[in-house]
Amino acid sequence: MKQEEWRERERIYACWLCNFPDIGNKQLHRLSQLCGGPEAVYLADKGKWGEVLSPKQVESLARYTAVWKPEAEYRKMKEEGIEVLTVGDERYPERLRRIPDAPYGLFVRGKLPQPDAPAVAVIGSRECSEYGRYVAKVLGGFLGQRGVTVISGMARGIDGIGQEAALEAGGYSVGVLGSGADICYPAQNRGLYEKLIKSGAVLSSYPLGTPARPQNFPPRNRIVSGLADAVVVVEARAKSGTLITVDMALEQGREVYVVPGRVTDRLSDGCNRLVKQGAGVVLGPESFFEEIRQLWETGKKTSPKAAEQPNTFLEQTQIPGLPKEQAEVWGALDFEPKSPEEIRGQLSDKYPEKQIVTCLMQLCMENLAVQVSPGRFILRKITT
Amino acid sequence: MYSAIFSGALHGVLAYMVSVEVDIAKGLPAFFMVGSLSTEVRESKERVSVALKNVGLHLPPCRITVNLSPADRKKDGTGFDLPIAVGMLEALGLVPAGAAKGYLFLGELGLNGELKKVKGVLPIVRAAAEAGIRECIVPKANAREGAVIPELTVRGAENILEIMHFLTAGRPDRDEIMPPVRVDTVSLFSGEGHGKICRPDFGEVNGQESARRAAEIAAAGFHNLLMVGPPGAGKSMIARRIPGILPPLTLEESLEVTSVISVAGLLEEGEALVTERPFRSPHHTISQAALIGGSAMPRPGMISLAHRGVLFLDELPEFQRIALDALRQPLEERRVTISRVNGNVTYPSDFMLVCAMNPCPCGYYPDAERCSCTEPQVRRYMGKVSGPILDRIDLCVELAPVDYESLKNGAGGESSQEIRRRVERARQIQRIRFQGTAYRFNGDIEVSRMERYCGLGEKEQRCMEQLYTSLQLSARAYHRILRVARTIADLEGAEEIGVSHLMEASFYRPSMEYWGH
Repeated sequence: MKQEEWRERERIYACWLCNFPDIGNKQLHRLSQLCGGPEAVYLADKGKWGEVLSPKQVESLARYTAVWKPEAEYRKMKEEGIEVLTVGDERYPERLRRIPDAPYGLFVRGKLPQPDAPAVAVIGSRECSEYGRYVAKVLGGFLGQRGVTVISGMARGIDGIGQEAALEAGGYSVGVLGSGADICYPAQNRGLYEKLIKSGAVLSSYPLGTPARPQNFPPRNRIVSGLADAVVVVEARAKSGTLITVDMALEQGREVYVVPGRVTDRLSDGCNRLVKQGAGVVLGPESFFEEIRQLWETGKKTSPKAAEQPNTFLEQTQIPGLPKEQAEVWGALDFEPKSPEEIRGQLSDKYPEKQIVTCLMQLCMENLAVQVSPGRFILRKITT
Repeated sequence: MYSAIFSGALHGVLAYMVSVEVDIAKGLPAFFMVGSLSTEVRESKERVSVALKNVGLHLPPCRITVNLSPADRKKDGTGFDLPIAVGMLEALGLVPAGAAKGYLFLGELGLNGELKKVKGVLPIVRAAAEAGIRECIVPKANAREGAVIPELTVRGAENILEIMHFLTAGRPDRDEIMPPVRVDTVSLFSGEGHGKICRPDFGEVNGQESARRAAEIAAAGFHNLLMVGPPGAGKSMIARRIPGILPPLTLEESLEVTSVISVAGLLEEGEALVTERPFRSPHHTISQAALIGGSAMPRPGMISLAHRGVLFLDELPEFQRIALDALRQPLEERRVTISRVNGNVTYPSDFMLVCAMNPCPCGYYPDAERCSCTEPQVRRYMGKVSGPILDRIDLCVELAPVDYESLKNGAGGESSQEIRRRVERARQIQRIRFQGTAYRFNGDIEVSRMERYCGLGEKEQRCMEQLYTSLQLSARAYHRILRVARTIADLEGAEEIGVSHLMEASFYRPSMEYWGH
């Protein structure tokens, strides 16, 4: 009981210390080590602070402390469902603790990360193709369903799609933010943010209320890879922020996998380059899951024979009862947006364009195709 | 001595009769002009006195008073020069008293006594005919324009002296001095030449099946059209060819179109009537007043100049938002009322709106290979187009960039003539359908009458239901699809709207999804 009470006090002051914005991560570690825990830092005098901090920072911390009401602020934070974890906390994710320059404190909103499950970071560009969207969705859903934690940055595009799919499949997912844990960025992912709070978690090393600033994102990426056993890049251009996460992952000794793309596709250029550099290749959710499971159990990278595994990516959903011409038009569709004119060419002018348009709209009506712009259509694969 | 001469003044595209009264009396030499006059009318006294001097008619030193009645309506324009001059000739006794009786005069005088072209001859002559006037004398440059009104005789004069000579002669000799101008409007509108497409032809457009089809549907039902596509895909090319597939102007329509163009002073010299549908393509920097009409003395704007024709707005998102938003009421009511200090005027504005835009700031979205815009950028760009304007657009079509292959072996498509034939057939069906109602085209059908004109069978109803949910349509989009489906059915000559018509119509629906609203 006494120990529990002590832990609670440590957290109250961890909340105080981690919410102070003008201090770097290294300094936080040093200051805490020097004084011996957050409460000790709080009780220490300016002289002691000055051993680690610059005079300006000491002044700033003193001013901040004067107005900060530790108990009240802590209560307020708890009421919002936010937890604070420091490296000293036993609930602090084990994988993250071991990375160089691990964040001193973490704010977590939602369910705390599970230590006993494999975790995979599914990442990729914000501007993604329908191909990327489909792969992220299938992969996220597959991993989520099998109890693999899906970690990502809750960004537009691949990140959010993978996480959303994992949650929808009943899995667990962690969104690592570049803003305070109480800020939803990007605002359009509000729905996902709410879902993560409910059945996953959002996590941030930044003080509560910090707005999303561009310089916050690279440090955030090291947490994304740090929390995971392996990183999967679904789609990335040659110069993509996603590649920063890959570098971090390699530094931290994480396995890197990529979803290869066509060599003519700029959105897959970054991925294909990683393949060239020796990254693991994801061919299907099943084989990938097998690799992750073995990696998790043995700690070693293996490559099972992919050919023998079933592959959800390649599954062709057969639509019974589709009229011949509709089936043909459907067969001509792809993840690349196509215009009726292109489809007509593909079917070697078998049908007039007017008829193709009619077929396409009928497919849209049956939810087998999507009109992505006034004149272009893509395939919609039915996925669970 | 006193004299009174008829003339006319413009009010919007209509005109009213003005009586120009001139009094010349003994007294200190002076020249007064009264009757609510604008600057250009006031300046008329200098032009008239110098013109008279230069043709050798010296004004005696006397007190001249000119009144333009009704004196309480603001008058502008330069057409009063001639009636004032004629009034002075009569008041001075240089032409026999009563010689100008029953004549309407209109024209601007040069300092050498020459007559120059003026604005709005057609509406003024029309108003004169209604007022019972039988003879008009206008500048020669405007004579053919006035002569399309069959009820009165219109003569064209070149010089003030010619008119003096004409008025001094006895009535029987007058036809010889200044023969009446005649224009055969009937042959102008039914003759060989009429309806021949002299505009650029649709046959020159390679590929772009969907866009051609959309243009045809739009023309047949008078729907407004939006084209989205990368630079160089042929958006403007297609827009320019739309007037050519609309049915030829009728005489009645032509009189309306010519009136507006005449009021704006844009009629070609010696032109009688406009026989081709207007095509107006204002630059995107156009101000609200220039687009809608305006200025202190109201003038017709682009939308009125495009009356009965096509108003093409290229680079739609670049237009000023206030200018575009002001289009809402004219699009709805097919006319525009402009209120200024000097009163209200109403101009017709029954035009087909054709818009073109790039899909994103760089122009290549959704081509991920070439487009460098981020999703928010695309959405912001689309969002620049105001929702209420999009609501008035029934058809939306995307143009793909033209590849080299089709450029090289460009076989070209159907000619405008063939398309027009189908459009006219569909228009004929609509004419019969809407007989006795306020509607003219399918594009006009209001929601309340949708059931009556766009009724669906059971199978079609089910199909629409499914479309509504799977495409997440709004009520507006739903009605738009019905309207367009009606036109597609008319183009095929089908009595009832079928499933394939609905499918095609829904392909062309302008969806809000792409617009970020």
